[in-house]
Amino acid sequence: MPSADAAAPALTAEDELPRGGRRFLRELLRSPKGLTGFVLVLAVLLIALFAPLIATNDPAEQVITHRFLPPVWAEGGKWSHPLGGDNLGRDIFSRMVHGTRISVVVALIVISVIVVFGTAVGLASGYFGRLVDSILMRIVDFQLSFPFILLALLLLAILGKSFWTLVLALSVAFWVNIARLVRGETMRIRSLEFVQAARGIGVPEWRIIAGHILPNTLPALVVLATLDVAVIVLAEAAMSFLGLGIQPPTPSWGTMISDGRNYLYEAPWMTLAPGLGIMLTAIGINLLGDFLRDTYDPRMARR
Amino acid sequence: MAAAAPLLIVDGLRKDFPMRRRGLGAMFAGRRFVHAVNGVSFAVGHEETFAIVGESGSGKSTTGRMIARLIEPTAGTIAFDGADWLALRGRALRQARRQVQMMFQNPFNSLDPRWPVERIVAEPLVAHKMVPANRLRERVVDLLSSVGLGAQHLQRYPHQFSGGQRQRIGLARALASEPRLLVADEPVSALDVSVQAQVLTLLREIRRKHRLGMVFISHDLSVVRYISDRVGIMYLGELVEIGHTAEVFRQPRHPYTAALLASAPRPEPGRRGTRIALKGEIPSPMNLPPGCPFHPRCPVAEARCTREKPPIAENPPGRSVACHYPERAADVLGRALSARAAPVPP
Amino acid sequence: MEALLTVTDLVTEFATARGPLRAVDGASIEVGKGETVGLVGESGCGKTALGLSLLRLIEPPGRVAGGSIRLEGDDLLAKSDAEMRRLRGRKLSMIFQDPTSTLNPVVSIGKQIAELARTHRGTSRREARRLAIEMLGAVGIPSPAQRYNAYPHELSGGMQQRVIIACALLLGPQLVVADEPTTALDVTVQGQILDLLARLASGKSGTAVVLISHDLGVVAETCARVYVMYCGKVVESGPTERLLAEPLHPYTQGLLASIPKIDGNERALQAIPGTVADPLSPPTGCRFNPRCPHVMARCRTEAPKLRNQGGRAVACHLYA
Repeated sequence: MPSADAAAPALTAEDELPRGGRRFLRELLRSPKGLTGFVLVLAVLLIALFAPLIATNDPAEQVITHRFLPPVWAEGGKWSHPLGGDNLGRDIFSRMVHGTRISVVVALIVISVIVVFGTAVGLASGYFGRLVDSILMRIVDFQLSFPFILLALLLLAILGKSFWTLVLALSVAFWVNIARLVRGETMRIRSLEFVQAARGIGVPEWRIIAGHILPNTLPALVVLATLDVAVIVLAEAAMSFLGLGIQPPTPSWGTMISDGRNYLYEAPWMTLAPGLGIMLTAIGINLLGDFLRDTYDPRMARR
Repeated sequence: MAAAAPLLIVDGLRKDFPMRRRGLGAMFAGRRFVHAVNGVSFAVGHEETFAIVGESGSGKSTTGRMIARLIEPTAGTIAFDGADWLALRGRALRQARRQVQMMFQNPFNSLDPRWPVERIVAEPLVAHKMVPANRLRERVVDLLSSVGLGAQHLQRYPHQFSGGQRQRIGLARALASEPRLLVADEPVSALDVSVQAQVLTLLREIRRKHRLGMVFISHDLSVVRYISDRVGIMYLGELVEIGHTAEVFRQPRHPYTAALLASAPRPEPGRRGTRIALKGEIPSPMNLPPGCPFHPRCPVAEARCTREKPPIAENPPGRSVACHYPERAADVLGRALSARAAPVPP
Repeated sequence: MEALLTVTDLVTEFATARGPLRAVDGASIEVGKGETVGLVGESGCGKTALGLSLLRLIEPPGRVAGGSIRLEGDDLLAKSDAEMRRLRGRKLSMIFQDPTSTLNPVVSIGKQIAELARTHRGTSRREARRLAIEMLGAVGIPSPAQRYNAYPHELSGGMQQRVIIACALLLGPQLVVADEPTTALDVTVQGQILDLLARLASGKSGTAVVLISHDLGVVAETCARVYVMYCGKVVESGPTERLLAEPLHPYTQGLLASIPKIDGNERALQAIPGTVADPLSPPTGCRFNPRCPHVMARCRTEAPKLRNQGGRAVACHLYA
């Protein structure tokens, strides 16, 4: 009779950790870095979601008497406009809050597009190799050789300034890194024996890619995507600052910084508020991304 | 072994891997190849275990993968159950793959770390729609218990198991598709000795119970002696000796076989003082020596061996050797076993 | 035989999320001058941890938590890091399993050997080079003067291991710890390397070797005495010949019975039932008790002590 193992011995600490959501929460609570990042990101998301409830004033409304109104803690400030007014008398606080929406929406759309597209390209390139890989990678190389700003300007010149042009420009710039990462992971995973076993079993290729390869690229992908979000937020702000992105009167942190540029002495808070917002958002996302990598990178998981 | 036609007939199998030439050389020189497998022929009966033994560079793993069609041969034929195995393509191939399943060496990489055991073992059943969905779990539990695991393991993940248990899971998966031939590529090499014994015993029993043919690839002679009926010894991509395992080990007819037998460490008293039977190292498969590939290291080589490559000849029936002087192999073994450690080669 | 190295009740533990893991839990060994001693066991038995502890190479989260290691009477555990650094290479050295990760890939092999002489002895560059070439020749590297400038990746596994042996023996240490030195090599090369090690160690220097291996066959061919380890403890020891001819401890017996024989017989292999215990929560009493065919009530509560039995030692209640 085959000798039976009565019970699988608990050889690693891993098997005590529940998988998925509960593990995430447990690790999160143990990590100050992760917790900070998570709280910041959650705050941004909630502000974006409930913007009209939080900031009741119309961000586009220009009130002449509120021009350069100081923030509430300075002399002459008002509680109804906690961050004061900008050069056109618009409520900065309200613009900040509504600007969050822009950043979040742009970031989410762009990240969704590039993850889907970049992963598809990376999987195809990594799995099928040879000709497909050559063609796709040449496209990637070609694109990487274009500086981002130049690319953005080109698209804007052709398509005109608009929200969707911005989304397109950012997507085109950022999909390549995802594609390269997924390609590398796919190539590594493809040579692992469980993939060979699946081929040997007679599993159709699409099933191998969907069931084996894709799920195993997820840890690395999630980490990269999270960190990319921070970069996208910054890139959007930069584009808007340069006047290439979001157009007035829609509030965006980038445009706000641009607007405040000329009034740094009279009303520094015009620039500082959105600047701080961008900084905190980027820090939050980066911390969260670092935490995810620490938790989910199998090479670092054994502690 | 069997009166009926053999289950697997391999004839003249070759595999060349192209070498990438870098720099200017690539423009002028022709393509160079690594001749990983250089014309290999053997047969495996329906309920027989045929072992392929070799060291690194022998081509044994590549041969195994070609039989499982994970790598496509450069030349040669494979007949499986009488039909042309290599002619199958696409959908027909995928369906026919059920018949030949593989077991891998590395217990860590041969199972998807993100799949629970139930899904891993069910993979062949699902891919070939062998069992209706409501009977799937039942069948998986059956398979697991045949390898000494149980229903309590269904939802666990590979990292929660030991190496030996993972090999059992791999075996259960291989058996799921009800194959006729199992290709086991060093399945116990990564396991501790006591676990190895468990898995080997299991393999032997499974093979007998399910009436499988098995190609067992290994570098470990004692394991091969235990598990196989017949054996083929490979060196630098070629088979140098084939025959019944017990006989080949008792009376080798190729100097390389004799050297392997002599070098194999045995945990027995009276073995102090290592015996060196072979000098030098295995040459690179890119630069195959002329004549007999073994001659540079052969303790009984003659001038003829450097010029003329010995063909593999069957003599007597059931026993094949590729050597000009097969009667000298016994000498090599005898000499090696009684000699004290020889000086280090210059 | 005068003892060169005496290890007494060594405890080496690693801090894990689930508490301290005692890789070595009270092990004692002795090595005489110029003697080759084997340390045998399966994975997780603590043999590698013991080997690393001898050279004080255990890094946090691991540490040597108890016992003593005396080299010619000198307590190695009491030494400072600087003192240990001076000792390593000169009096003590180690050979690891994987040559590719031991050798520096961007420095030529000759230079790596020469550096040792220059660092430890302050030898001149020219003299160090001469010594290195001589050593390369001694370990069987063909055309040593030309191969001085070769890089590790240009050599085969067996050749790389020879270079490592050269490094380990260059300064004539008194003790070499070899951790699975031939496991990664082909069997026909394995014999060459083991023989080389034996010859060089027994030669002019009279170096003692602690050979760590999971392979009883390798130990049978090279070691005069052997220690068998299980779950962090030494369960049996003695002269190799006698231990193999007549194993006393049920674990040793089980191990030998589970190894297939080349000369073969048709009996079924007798595998040791069950699996190795979880080192974080080992069984009470004798650690082998759940798997032992001769288990008694006493075995489950009381851990047996290592008792001497005429030149041999065994930790088992059967012999109490």
